[in-house]
Amino acid sequence: MESKRNGTPTAWRALFITSLLLLSGTARALPTIEHWQTAHGARVLFVAAPELPMVDLSVVFDAGSARDGDRPGTARFTNALLMEGAGGLDSDRIAERFSELGARVSTWSERDMAGLDTRTLSNPAQLEATISLVSLILQRPDFPPQAVARVRKQMLTALENDKQSPGSRGSKAFYRQLYGAHPYGSPPGGTPAALEQLQRGDLEIFHARYYSAANALISIVGDLSRSEAEALAEKLASTLPASAAASTLTQVPEVIEAQAQHISHPSSQAHVLLGQRGMRRGDPDYFPLYVGNHILGGNGLNSLISKEVREKRGLAYSAYSYFLPMRVAGPFLIGLQTRHGQENKAIAVLMKTLQNFVRNGPDEEALEAAKQNLIGGFALRLDSNKKILGYLRMIGFYRLPLDYLARFSQNIRELSVEKVRDAFQRRVHPEHLLQMVVGPVGNEQPKQP
Amino acid sequence: MTRLAAFSILISLAFATTAAPNAPQAFKLDNGLTLIVQEDHRAPVVVSQLWYKTGASYEHAGITGISHLLEHMMFKGTNKHGPGEFSRLIAQEGGRENAFTGRDYTAYFQRLEKSRLGVALALEADRMQYLRLDGAELEKERQVVLEERRLRTEDNPRALTSEGFYATAFQTSPYRHPIIGWQQDIQAIGINDLRAWYQRWYAPDNAVLVIAGDVDTSAIRALAAHHFGTIPATTTVPVVTHEEVPQRGAKRLQVAAPARLPYLLLGYKSPSLKTAAEPWEAYALTVLASILDGDDSSRLARELVRGSEIAASASASYSLYQRLDSLLVLSAIPAPSIGMPALEQALRAQVARLRNALVNERELARIKTQVIASNVYERDSIFYQAMQLGMLETVGLGWQRRDEFVAGISTITAAQVQAVARKYLRPEYATVAVLKPQKMAGNQHGE
Repeated sequence: MESKRNGTPTAWRALFITSLLLLSGTARALPTIEHWQTAHGARVLFVAAPELPMVDLSVVFDAGSARDGDRPGTARFTNALLMEGAGGLDSDRIAERFSELGARVSTWSERDMAGLDTRTLSNPAQLEATISLVSLILQRPDFPPQAVARVRKQMLTALENDKQSPGSRGSKAFYRQLYGAHPYGSPPGGTPAALEQLQRGDLEIFHARYYSAANALISIVGDLSRSEAEALAEKLASTLPASAAASTLTQVPEVIEAQAQHISHPSSQAHVLLGQRGMRRGDPDYFPLYVGNHILGGNGLNSLISKEVREKRGLAYSAYSYFLPMRVAGPFLIGLQTRHGQENKAIAVLMKTLQNFVRNGPDEEALEAAKQNLIGGFALRLDSNKKILGYLRMIGFYRLPLDYLARFSQNIRELSVEKVRDAFQRRVHPEHLLQMVVGPVGNEQPKQP
Repeated sequence: MTRLAAFSILISLAFATTAAPNAPQAFKLDNGLTLIVQEDHRAPVVVSQLWYKTGASYEHAGITGISHLLEHMMFKGTNKHGPGEFSRLIAQEGGRENAFTGRDYTAYFQRLEKSRLGVALALEADRMQYLRLDGAELEKERQVVLEERRLRTEDNPRALTSEGFYATAFQTSPYRHPIIGWQQDIQAIGINDLRAWYQRWYAPDNAVLVIAGDVDTSAIRALAAHHFGTIPATTTVPVVTHEEVPQRGAKRLQVAAPARLPYLLLGYKSPSLKTAAEPWEAYALTVLASILDGDDSSRLARELVRGSEIAASASASYSLYQRLDSLLVLSAIPAPSIGMPALEQALRAQVARLRNALVNERELARIKTQVIASNVYERDSIFYQAMQLGMLETVGLGWQRRDEFVAGISTITAAQVQAVARKYLRPEYATVAVLKPQKMAGNQHGE
């Protein structure tokens, strides 16, 4: 990403930056992140990006399904209702208004976060009108009864849709089994029983509790000045509910008991997931685990798992592993899909690859190649406003240091084979994995072909 | 601020920002290779995409999927490099790479820090000439592609329905074949078939190299000439494309598959920008698809998902940039307790309304506003910019047509939308496919 203005722009500073640009070429790899809090306590991260006449904005709340309590689906249900009516405007009027403004607005919710993303043109008239409507949606959702009933049906339909996909079934069962009664065990899409129970009042209560300034992070990337960004953030945060930040999530023990489940599904392939509880964002072992996994299963066709499963044996189209760092230990997952009948063979290959890796660590050459790939490709992580926005959201929500990006390459450079092996031996437990298979059971006739 | 004022601001803004600095430049090497360079200096990165004018629509029955299978084999090494070596070398440079096959093209791409581009071009030039097609490697890769087909199509009831839908709607057009190929064909394609396909299409005069990013156009021109300039041209024999025969009456298909939700597709044969007698027809069809499903304010979302609550979801699509005639497709999943006849009737009523009544000016204005805004938003991704140029060039329209789009859409009138609806969205050109869910045993665990 290109040059970022720093602090309050002044004439001399602009001149200084211009000369920097002349010295270093036009494009620079590292955005300058500015941060502050609004008067009501919402945190803001901002990167000025004047090259295109547009603004990307993401408002995120600690209001994901980890806050569902005993009614799975509450968080997503609430989030999905934001665009369905606010301040007396109905869903048709809201959709029409954004459309007329050329703005793109969408809502989403996962386990840790629930949010609203906006992309708009930066000319003042467009920007101001879009932000006013976004503010209204966040601050004064109406939860119209008819929309509540319809969204409930749509969420129930989404659950049916999950049931016809072996991948979705596997993933849902995996999380449920891995996290049990921990808040991460609550499926973000809800359960039929809970969705039937949830009433409009429950969603209002959830909104009032979690959609507060103190519980919000505002990330902005685009063609506006610091003072314009400040005004925008104030407007968004000023009349949000006044409740406190969400409480700390319960930690979850890392090691689980080894277990295996097979869910019967009439598919031609078996979907295999192996895994355990992994790490949190900001984990002291983040870099050795991340880079180790890059070698193990995170770098596409170059990874060990893909070489063993796909390139050498032709057992799967996609075979991978990843850590999903979250507020508390998110999962470490290994996955593949293979024709029914050869899943045991494929699982054996995965296990052997993992065991070898944990025992021996990466070899010198593989670690060097991974470093070259990650450091040499660093600029690719930041080559669009959308990607920079994603980093702001992650850095801000998980309270990572603001120099996270500046130190990224150095953190990777200083790793050694020993550090990676040590981290894997302490954190990854091949003898304590959860194994989830979705597909025909035993000799069940696989679906043709 | 009134709506109209907003609209005129947008127009002037968009036209101002699409002006010269962003304009691509194109060159042709002596051997026929087309080079398109799009400078974009926002980040110190570069995208390279090498497009070949071949793909599923160049195939015939018996060898369907050969373009895609060859795409996989392109990573299996050359005389100089072993299997997997290409990916390893790009990774070592910090790069990310992959490839994709479409109906009208096969393309290979790398994303790199800007100083590393030479490595990618050297490797692409190598595998344009010296691919080693090995029988043992093919047998393994065939299994990989069959797994890919199972994953994407066989075990995905809506994809399976859609595959049947295209095979039914088109009778002679090669668009009837799935891009990944029919399973028996994937199983039957031999190493010599692949060699012949490679010989026939992989040549500089059948390729388009698109480079976008923080680069200098004249330096790229020299670099491309250095790596590709000495590759001899081969005379590419143009493919004989079977044009679609006129459809004589509506078609209907039922797909039975293990599923929980029914699904309906309703499609109408329509020209693409390439085949339209007048370009405005293709732009009017684009507007028409957006009237139905441009965003959340469009008719399908407003009237079928919200209003009448007949559909759980509904969408419409139309592909402007294709080599051959296209399909305008409406698709929907019914809301719970809504029967398929009611859903089909609701979709057909939407089509009838487009034929019988003019769309209102506010709907039209919203679509134009969105198109102009998109034109700005798209520039956030250099990969997407390169994609558009490569696609336009390989389908035979020429990359220059990219900058016609905003103007093309902006001039479309309500009468023109109605005209294309009347001409192409005719009951006798319709194809309907219905997914009929078969009972699935074993949904347990309180899902």
